[in-house]
Amino acid sequence: MTPAERQTSTAPCFRTRGLTKVYGSGENAVHALRGVDLDLPEGELVVLLGPSGSGKSTLLNILGGLDAASDGEVWFRDHELSAANPAALTLYRRRHVGFVFQFYNLMPSLTARENVQLVTEIADNPMKAEEALGMVGLENRLDHFPAQLSGGEQQRVAIARAIAKRPSVLLCDEPTGALDSATGIRVLQALKQVNETLGATTLVITHNAGVAAMAHRVITFSDGRIGEVRTNEHRVDPSELSW
Amino acid sequence: MTWLLRLLSPLDRKLARDLWAMKGQALAIACVIAGGVSVFLISAGMLDSLTETRRAYYERYRFADIWAPVVRAPDALAADIRRIEGVQAAETRIRAPLLFDIPGMSEPASGEAISLPDGREPLVNQLYLMEGRLPRPGQRGEAVVIDSFAAAHGLEIGDTLSATIRGGRSELTVVGRALSPEHVYTIAPGQIVPDPRLYGVIWMSRDALGEAVDQDGAFNEAIVRLMPGQDAAPVIDRLDRLLDPYGAPGAYGRDDQISDAFVSSEIEQLSTMGRILPPIFLAVAAFLVNVVLSRLVATERAEIGLMKAFGYRDRDVMAHYLKFAGLIGVLGLAIGGGAGVWLGRLMAGLYTDYYHFPFLVFTANPRVYLLALAITVAAVGGGAILAARRAAALHPAVAMQPPPPPDYSRTAGMGLTRLTLLDQPSRMILRRLVQWPGRAGFTLAGVAMSGALLVGTLYFTDAMEAMVSSYFDQSNRQDVTVSFVEPRQRSAFHEVARLPGVLAAEPFRSVAVRLYHGPAEERAAMMGVTRGAALSRMIGADGRGVETPPGGLVLSGDLAATLGVEAGDRIRVEITEGRRPVLELPVAAVVTTLIGSGVQMELGDLNALLGEGEVVSGAHLVADGDAVDRLYTALKSAPGVAGVSLQSVAERNFRALMDESMGVAIWLYTGFAGLIAIGVIYNSVRISLSESAHEFATLRVLGFTRAEVSYILLGEIGILTLIALPAGGLLGTGLAWYFAEAMSSDLFRLPFIIHPATYGFAAAVILVTTALSGLIVRARLDHLDLVAVLKARE
Repeated sequence: MTPAERQTSTAPCFRTRGLTKVYGSGENAVHALRGVDLDLPEGELVVLLGPSGSGKSTLLNILGGLDAASDGEVWFRDHELSAANPAALTLYRRRHVGFVFQFYNLMPSLTARENVQLVTEIADNPMKAEEALGMVGLENRLDHFPAQLSGGEQQRVAIARAIAKRPSVLLCDEPTGALDSATGIRVLQALKQVNETLGATTLVITHNAGVAAMAHRVITFSDGRIGEVRTNEHRVDPSELSW
Repeated sequence: MTWLLRLLSPLDRKLARDLWAMKGQALAIACVIAGGVSVFLISAGMLDSLTETRRAYYERYRFADIWAPVVRAPDALAADIRRIEGVQAAETRIRAPLLFDIPGMSEPASGEAISLPDGREPLVNQLYLMEGRLPRPGQRGEAVVIDSFAAAHGLEIGDTLSATIRGGRSELTVVGRALSPEHVYTIAPGQIVPDPRLYGVIWMSRDALGEAVDQDGAFNEAIVRLMPGQDAAPVIDRLDRLLDPYGAPGAYGRDDQISDAFVSSEIEQLSTMGRILPPIFLAVAAFLVNVVLSRLVATERAEIGLMKAFGYRDRDVMAHYLKFAGLIGVLGLAIGGGAGVWLGRLMAGLYTDYYHFPFLVFTANPRVYLLALAITVAAVGGGAILAARRAAALHPAVAMQPPPPPDYSRTAGMGLTRLTLLDQPSRMILRRLVQWPGRAGFTLAGVAMSGALLVGTLYFTDAMEAMVSSYFDQSNRQDVTVSFVEPRQRSAFHEVARLPGVLAAEPFRSVAVRLYHGPAEERAAMMGVTRGAALSRMIGADGRGVETPPGGLVLSGDLAATLGVEAGDRIRVEITEGRRPVLELPVAAVVTTLIGSGVQMELGDLNALLGEGEVVSGAHLVADGDAVDRLYTALKSAPGVAGVSLQSVAERNFRALMDESMGVAIWLYTGFAGLIAIGVIYNSVRISLSESAHEFATLRVLGFTRAEVSYILLGEIGILTLIALPAGGLLGTGLAWYFAEAMSSDLFRLPFIIHPATYGFAAAVILVTTALSGLIVRARLDHLDLVAVLKARE
């Protein structure tokens, strides 16, 4: 099933209307989002581009249930996230969302396998930790602690941790930001593979415009608004990217 | 506030803000320091105050060094006594037991009358006259009354007071109210707690008292003050030889003077408390300062690197962190100093209820304050120096790099934490414990120590309760003890036994003795009790009355220990009254007595040895509660009765004493122990949170609920607390044992008994403290900034 077919058969994965986020108040108010209307179909790999402070991370946080909008609506499938309480948002993250962070955020006291098990233990229908680590090419590093892994390996453990619960959405904030180009490409390949095999709607924030070529859809942010949305007719494999 | 900050150098402004950001932890540490400082101030200051007050009082009012009672000796001997080498001043006087008849009070109050020289101040044991004057020579009906008794009965100058002295009734006019260095702790013979209502002291002119007790031209006690630095023993020897022909039971020094013995015992206890408790507090404080500062240095690596890159010298960096610790120390000193002085005054107030000094002001001398300062500086400085040096030693280039992630692969990968049946959060808890065993060990030690302090101090209530129950419920079950002026024929006992309201009666004979075994010598009171005595008797380890075998002695444990004898040994017994026989007697048994000490023998055997016929010194009575007033009235007018003591009232008094003064002290120390627990536990949890805030926030992002994350945060301290509980119980048991040994005196011995409830209570305090600290820190967990985690690198 291609993304285009999914889009026609089901409601969008995310839908926002008039999404606004203001930090602070009065003279000090910072408008991070200024009325964002967005529909993201199920199963797509979406790249969010834009300069620092353009609002892309704020959007990702709100979609991930980490932050609440100041105004407007956010829907995940038929759940209105903008009306959910903190407990419901915790449950939403637990069931549906996989996060990948710029700095991996692994538990230093747990091995690669145990870091993944941390999540599979509280998920409803997880895959085996070994399987998730296998998908990112780490089947030989199962019992290594984070301190014994390279940056790229740590990030791939983080991806394995995010996908092991078979998430509906995978949210990645600068996943390659701390990595060199060769390692970054391995990580992007892992993300692409996961998106294709699990069908998880994947949002990737990046500063690196070159990464956009691997996406189904590219959204450019500027000054709290969506500047441009384009779909790639021809997606480039990460191995062909360079920066 | 901000204008104040502007006055500071940038580094000091940073310091002020850091301190403000860590105010909870800083306050918790300051409170532990304050605990140590205030316990130190209270005990050292109270020790100073009591010692100095006692010294000044004894010096100024010429407190005697030696008391030498006799039956009756001619006044002319006074000159011989004054000539003894080493005697600075001596006074002869008359001392007689008496019964008061207070209108409107059914219980008989007893006391003693002491003579004052006619027309002059005594040279020894002068009175501190609070109001009025001394009796005028030749005025027979005048008396000075001890302040506590006057206050208890509202006696004022000019009031009259009825007293029966040696069977003769005197109507006395109160002419003065006074304190005496001999009666700082005003207690009736054989009692353990003062009762100002039931026991009083009056002073009369020598003439008047001499006439009342038929001692004209004679005295029955000599009191002696020694030259400075003079040893009492040779003078006591000389006195004994001089007074031997006059029925002297033997002179004694301040050690055996009951009031001073109580004051000394109190001073000894204060000094024990002061030795043990403050070091515990300050050691914990030093540890906490070290942990918190190390944590601060770890989080401020980058800032330290920057400071050094900008050209701040190593010593500037070190000074910066030492200042941080110093400010916490100053806060602790200020809180502890204030609380110490305030509590010290409160305690001095409590002391004056029981110890009657003309003045007792809580004043620690400057040395005490300096010492408090010095030990605080040592504790805080000792705790801070390592962390501060670590900060100074950081190389700027290295410091500005983020620290490498802690490597768990070597330590935490092993053993227990690999167990597959563990869930990951539990595994994280265990690995953190294994990764930082030093920190876990310190936390464990801190919690265990506060548990130990709790058990150690609460133990006192158990020991006291056991003492009360052993003394009143088992050893002294009589309601009333009547003592005769002098030994009387057994028929006198039967008369008392037939008084209205008497349900049961038991006679006793009491004589002063000296016990010898090898080179050891002890003064003691020997009690002759009837076979199968059920009211007042010595109690064995099994809680039953000890049967005295024919011809044998039963010795209290402390006496046996000082004499170095065991059951089966023979000791030499010199009876120091009557015909004064010297006997070799077998020790049949040694029993542990908690209050008082002595030696017991069968009444018939004792009388046989004394050869004075079937005589008794008094009787223990069980009274009918409904007819007790009639009994009291009868006793007041009974001939030959020297004193009446009421056990039930004594028990009430003892419990009141426990509740009031000891109660306050015990709860105070319990509070301090709780303070340590809070300081250690709160800081541990707080540091865990700040060290792992990043991990906890990540877990929340991953969909872990607050409860699940709290489990990881609090699980660590929970496990440590659970391990610390038995360790603290064990340590506390040791501490209680030490207290029992260190605080026992000639007056009483603390039994080593700890009730399960005491352990339970201590455990409950620790668990509640842990739970509260956990809750407070958990509230912070709820406000973790989840968004920041995504971007921040640690």
